[in-house]
Amino acid sequence: MRSGMPRRGEDAVNRKQKIMLGRIAVAAVLIVGLEFVPAQGWLRFALYLVPYLTIGYDILRKAARGIVRRQVFDENFLMALATVGAIAVALTDSGDYVEAVAVMLFYQIGELFQSYAVGKSRRSISALMDIRPDYANVQRGGKLERVDPEEVEIGSIIVVQPGEKVPIDGVIVEGNSSLDTSALTGESLPRDVKAGDEMISGCINLTGVLKIRTVKAFGESTVSRILDLVENASSRKSRSENFISRFARVYTPVVCCGALALAVLPPLVRMLALGLPAQWSVWIYRALTFLVVSCPCALVISIPLSFFAGIGGASREGILIKGSNYLETLAQTRCVVFDKTGTLTQGVFEVSGIHHNSMEEEKLVEYAALAESASSHPISRSLQRAYGREIDRTRVRDVQEISGNGVIALVDGIEVAAGNAKLMQRLHIPYVDCHQAGTIIHIAVSGEYAGHIVISDVIKPHSRQAVAALKDCGVEKTVMLTGDAGSVAGQVAETLGIDEVYSELLPADKVDKVETLLNEKKSGGKLAFVGDGINDAPVLSRADIGIAMGAMGSDAAIEAADVVLMDDDPMKIVKAIRIARKCIRIVYENSIFAIGIKVGCLVLAAVGLANMWAAVFADVGVMVLAVLNAIRALFVKKL
Amino acid sequence: MKKTYKIEVDCAACANKMEDAAKRTSGVKDAVVNFMTQKIIVEFEDGQQAESVMQSVAKSCRRIDDDCRIYF
Repeated sequence: MRSGMPRRGEDAVNRKQKIMLGRIAVAAVLIVGLEFVPAQGWLRFALYLVPYLTIGYDILRKAARGIVRRQVFDENFLMALATVGAIAVALTDSGDYVEAVAVMLFYQIGELFQSYAVGKSRRSISALMDIRPDYANVQRGGKLERVDPEEVEIGSIIVVQPGEKVPIDGVIVEGNSSLDTSALTGESLPRDVKAGDEMISGCINLTGVLKIRTVKAFGESTVSRILDLVENASSRKSRSENFISRFARVYTPVVCCGALALAVLPPLVRMLALGLPAQWSVWIYRALTFLVVSCPCALVISIPLSFFAGIGGASREGILIKGSNYLETLAQTRCVVFDKTGTLTQGVFEVSGIHHNSMEEEKLVEYAALAESASSHPISRSLQRAYGREIDRTRVRDVQEISGNGVIALVDGIEVAAGNAKLMQRLHIPYVDCHQAGTIIHIAVSGEYAGHIVISDVIKPHSRQAVAALKDCGVEKTVMLTGDAGSVAGQVAETLGIDEVYSELLPADKVDKVETLLNEKKSGGKLAFVGDGINDAPVLSRADIGIAMGAMGSDAAIEAADVVLMDDDPMKIVKAIRIARKCIRIVYENSIFAIGIKVGCLVLAAVGLANMWAAVFADVGVMVLAVLNAIRALFVKKL
Repeated sequence: MKKTYKIEVDCAACANKMEDAAKRTSGVKDAVVNFMTQKIIVEFEDGQQAESVMQSVAKSCRRIDDDCRIYF
């Protein structure tokens, strides 16, 4: 059903386009042929009526229907009025019917081009974003069976063969392979995986057969969530789009009134005030030319198309932008606030020293790792890695997490407190400070100070480059927020060239800090917050624009952020801003270009310098150029 | 309650008009037409039957532009 419906719609569109192409060809041939027919008077009128009705009957029908339903100011009405008017002028005056037919012809060519170009780019952008797996392989009775991924229950075993997409998030139970994650992250290097690794749906299995135990339903899997997000993105309309739809609503009636005034006022003035001949046909002709220019199609079509192309291009690079409005905000970013851990640094901490320990180093690490075992914080994970053995959770009881301080837990029945200096102060345990920069975990066993473990984080290879590149693309201020001690934070900020640092912040302090920065900043510029989605969801939603990095699989981050970077390369932040700027620049170019040309044509038509040919060429030409320019927003690879 | 339906509409201006028409239909709290993905997202007022409201949404859209289709 789901895939059936759009196909039916597309076929209908294709058929419509073919019919229109036929009508255009017939009308064009007839016009050229009639040039050589020396008919005069009513016969000539009747002959030209044939191509006119061939090309324009549907417009006339729609215009008539519009009048009946009091929906007058649409483009069908305008085109009908302009061409019928031109025919009337020709009948009484010049006998030049070609113009009216040609205007209708070019208008229809323009419409055809628009429907073709938009349909084509819509399909190609949608295809780029289409990472939806069509089936899952399930083993039943010794044979592989293809089933709808939605029917696969959590905990089932699915088989993914080389060349197939991973349909559902899961854990590998058997097999080794490398994965192409480029559809998700834009990263072209394949990633090697083995049994026990977590798999994210949407990757393509390259080499080996994998057996995967699913951990989520299809609807909750990464691939479904991403598709959902990208498909709905262009439904969140930007201010430019809203402006254009308001503009179009006002523009057409204004031009119509202008045309009416142009047809009536100058002849009356000439007749009554100046005593000159009225020249009704001249002024009516100019007014009709006015009407031809009045269709706002170029704008109305090119702006949503630009945003759609921008969002599509970004998603191919592993940057998911949740709405056209965020693309706009992103382009205006003047201040970027980073969370340190996991954003500018790898968040892969390593134990780099153990000092003042009263017991064996291994024992101390073991206590710390066990006490922290319930937490998924990068620090506790690095402790677990340093411990190096399987954590036996049954040895740990009564875990209390004290946000921003650390944990207190009973390990083998002994009270172990592991955390920062604040935790020690809170427990009134004297502790020894460390001279080494890094995160210090003080440990107290049974209320006695037992030493500290120094853990340091590694700065990401592109962080420095990214901060510099942000400055180049118009960001005025970079700020780093961290829960770490001032010495570590200062050192990192200095290495990276960050302007301001705020350290030793609790998660709640980060929200306050962002609020302060929001108040401080100049009006107009926007503030972006970049985090890794762990513990910073409130900040992500508080900032003008929240960017979550490396968020593959982190549901909370995908939920809270406005822009989701699929991998954790900080250069992607720069890329996202550049894509946004390019897209917005195209939107402005198109708006100014289209409005400028239209106004110019209106003026020229009013003073009699532009005839209907010029008007229809301007109308269709602007539209074609604007659509082609809009499609440029898709090309973001080299930004 | 929000629901998404597949639509077929030829021009962006018509899509904007469809959106207006859908918004004004009784029983509809809000509506967004996405021309690029050819979808309409309709948010219904509480206690409304989606099926019957969509009948009148389709009807008012047809009044605006008789080429448009809503598949529901």
